Amino acid sequence: MTEVLFLADFSVIKPDPGLIFWTALIFILVWFVLGRMAFRPIQNALKQRERDIQNALDEARKARQEMANLKAENEELLKQAQEERVKILKEAKEARDTIIHEAREKAKADAHKIVENAKHEIENQRMAAVVDLKNQIGLLSIEIAEKVLRRQLEDKQGQEKFVKSLVDDIKLG
Amino acid sequence: MEFKKLSILVFALAFSWGMLPAQDHGHEQDDHGVETEQHDEHGGEAGHGSHDEGDYDPVGTVMGHIADANEFHVWKGVHIPLPLILYAPGQGWTTGLSSMFEHGHTAVDGYVLNHGRVNRVADPSFPKGEVHIEGITHKTEKAGEKDKDVYYAIHEGREYRLDPPSTVDGGFLGGGITSFYDFSITKNVFTMILAALLLIWLFSAVARGYEKNIHKAPSGIQSFIEVFFVFIRDEVTKPMIGPKHYERFQPFIMTLFFFILFCNLLGLVPFFPGSANVTGNLAVTLTLAVFTFLVVNLNGKKDYWEHVFWMPGIPAWVKVILTPVEVLSLFIKPFSLMIRLFANISAGHIIILSLIGLVFLFGDNGRSVGGAAGGAVIGGLFTAFMNLIELLVAFLQAFIFAILTASYIGAAVEEHHHHEEEAREGAH
Repeated sequence: MTEVLFLADFSVIKPDPGLIFWTALIFILVWFVLGRMAFRPIQNALKQRERDIQNALDEARKARQEMANLKAENEELLKQAQEERVKILKEAKEARDTIIHEAREKAKADAHKIVENAKHEIENQRMAAVVDLKNQIGLLSIEIAEKVLRRQLEDKQGQEKFVKSLVDDIKLG
Repeated sequence: MEFKKLSILVFALAFSWGMLPAQDHGHEQDDHGVETEQHDEHGGEAGHGSHDEGDYDPVGTVMGHIADANEFHVWKGVHIPLPLILYAPGQGWTTGLSSMFEHGHTAVDGYVLNHGRVNRVADPSFPKGEVHIEGITHKTEKAGEKDKDVYYAIHEGREYRLDPPSTVDGGFLGGGITSFYDFSITKNVFTMILAALLLIWLFSAVARGYEKNIHKAPSGIQSFIEVFFVFIRDEVTKPMIGPKHYERFQPFIMTLFFFILFCNLLGLVPFFPGSANVTGNLAVTLTLAVFTFLVVNLNGKKDYWEHVFWMPGIPAWVKVILTPVEVLSLFIKPFSLMIRLFANISAGHIIILSLIGLVFLFGDNGRSVGGAAGGAVIGGLFTAFMNLIELLVAFLQAFIFAILTASYIGAAVEEHHHHEEEAREGAH
């Protein structure tokens, strides 16, 4: 008996059309209103935010990558600069050496030339002096000879003797 | 992931008795003092034995409290009236407030309030307009094989048979189409409207937060609700429906989850405006399950129907067996949703009401104060414990309804081409 009574009063298992109608109406309303007003905007906002965060992360990674690249580039530049410096220094040294060497060579050559010139000049001077001396000696000789001749010519015999000696001096051949 | 799903389901089954503390202790007995109870076989029917006559009837009380009603019972003698919208073929629509019945003392146009529910006198000789009722009596009549509880309104010494509102169970569950339909804002409808308004209020605040905090971190209630939203998205819709289709169904799943959750939670509140056994009523879960059925099957792809009617990759004679099974499963799936939610929530209400009933049982209907005190201590402790479990069940059942619906939708929209290609490649 109790079982029957239980079932008879267990009204919640008897679907009431009014309750079905209201449940359907309220559910559809909630579904429509919340979907329109909240769920779609929230979904879009969340997606937007996720995209923003992802973008920010991507950008940060890109910036980091760029920084790393920049650093590598800087290091490369520094290395190149250092190499350049070494090269320049080396070249400068070489240039210096060359210049010094050349200067030395030139100085040597100049000095040599100067010495040569000087020698030449000295020689010339000496030759000139010698010539001059010779000329002087010649003139002197002529003078002496003239004087000697003048005196000698006064003596006819002496003349002939002398000419004869001169002629004897000249050896033909 | 598979294990996680399984453990959630096992957990849910372990707590298959959901429970809600329907009403507070004070109103175990309905205050229909006017009733002239016919004390035949069952003394004190459906919780309306008055204090001085008839013993406390635990089953009747519990069943009365989980039932839908046309008024809110606050405590003995105090009711909050609810709007009535009644339709009887031939008589048309009748509207009003349930307070016009004066708790069973007055009949209006043939309608009477019987145990919180509107009944109708089908007899055309019953006077129209406001009529005084001397009382409502109860009899058990033989209806074929079964016994049937029948109520009679007494007017001027004559008994008029009362019809309960129509139900659509076709008589299988003790109901059936009667002489009128009740489209009133009942306790359950009121609670659903309240839940709907709370949801709309809550989510409009949340949506405003998203507008205000655009490109900013969430704040306040927005960040609280966002956890749920993201949880449903990442743990329910995305894995169950798949990344391609989940967005379309997110509003439906979210609505299901929050609507069920709010109705469950409001049912946990033991006083007005809570206490209604909304999701423990088969009509409500039936409607929700029908929505699931429609959403799933209206979105079924070619692959889904192929798997239902002509499962690929198996011998033809197996298909002949499998097709009826698959077709049946189309209906069994939402049916199981309907029963699961209904049974969990109703059972929860019943357990808590039964524990509260210990106070009256041990108290021997007020004759033993010590017994009542003992019952209060034991019943109170157990009720407190059950309330905590019920809180869990409220969330769990909403979650299970949502996740199972999502998995059914997932099966309907899934496209199998990839798997088949992979399988073919694997075979070669």
